[in-house]
Amino acid sequence: MVNALFFILAGLAIASAISCVYHKNPLYSAISLIGVFLSLASIYLTLAAPFIAVVQILVYAGAIMVLVVFVIMLLNLDEDKPITRLRYLFPIGGALGLVLLAQTMFIFYAVTKAPQPASDAGLEVGKTMSIGTAMYTEYLLPVEIVGVLLLMAIVGAMIMSRRMREPKIELVKKAEAEEA
Amino acid sequence: MEPGLGSYLALSGILFTIGATGVIFKRNAIGMFMCIELMLNAVNLTFVAFSRHYGDVTGQLFVFVVMSVAAAEAAVGLGIIITFFRNRISVDVDDASILKN
Repeated sequence: MVNALFFILAGLAIASAISCVYHKNPLYSAISLIGVFLSLASIYLTLAAPFIAVVQILVYAGAIMVLVVFVIMLLNLDEDKPITRLRYLFPIGGALGLVLLAQTMFIFYAVTKAPQPASDAGLEVGKTMSIGTAMYTEYLLPVEIVGVLLLMAIVGAMIMSRRMREPKIELVKKAEAEEA
Repeated sequence: MEPGLGSYLALSGILFTIGATGVIFKRNAIGMFMCIELMLNAVNLTFVAFSRHYGDVTGQLFVFVVMSVAAAEAAVGLGIIITFFRNRISVDVDDASILKN
């Protein structure tokens, strides 16, 4: 049962991922990517990790993809132009992808051949409480670092996307005109 | 019957490769950004699969950290893309050649 579910969800995830890479229109890519996130969230549920599954939907399918779709609509992007330059490098890119796939498969194969612990893992592991306990006791420092990182990202994003050239000069000119 | 660790790792490897190939082939900055998110998700799947396999909560905690970094990356990366679009009226990475020469 779980096996069939896994294969359905895995097929869905791979198909959505391929469609995300294949589509030229960024909006279609974004919607396919949401499909990948949702199927991965379902796979996390079958892996007894409900907290991660919910956070996956909230953060990825919710926050990040809404941001991406907003930017796509804001910029009013056209479809990708067909590639004219360096066309002959395409097969090399595909070959590099296949090599990468072979490497990851080899590494993962080697890992599964390693000595394995008894797999009667506790079912408490994925629960919100166990994650929260670990987060605020053993792994407090990484959590604090993540907080600082998010603060830095907020400040950086605000500074970067602010218009900072003409407006000041215009304000000064307007003030001068009003004084005169 | 439950799928073993190997199935999850295989799925993760396939997703990671699709994401990496997308980064190679796409020229649209937003498309590349989405492919990077795909790769991060593949790694997250590996973490959760190992966490389940070894019965250790650390893997899931690391997924949380990876998600936070992805959120920070989204904020900063999309800020960069918007600024770039404002200066060039394009998000094609081939147009980002101001540092060339």
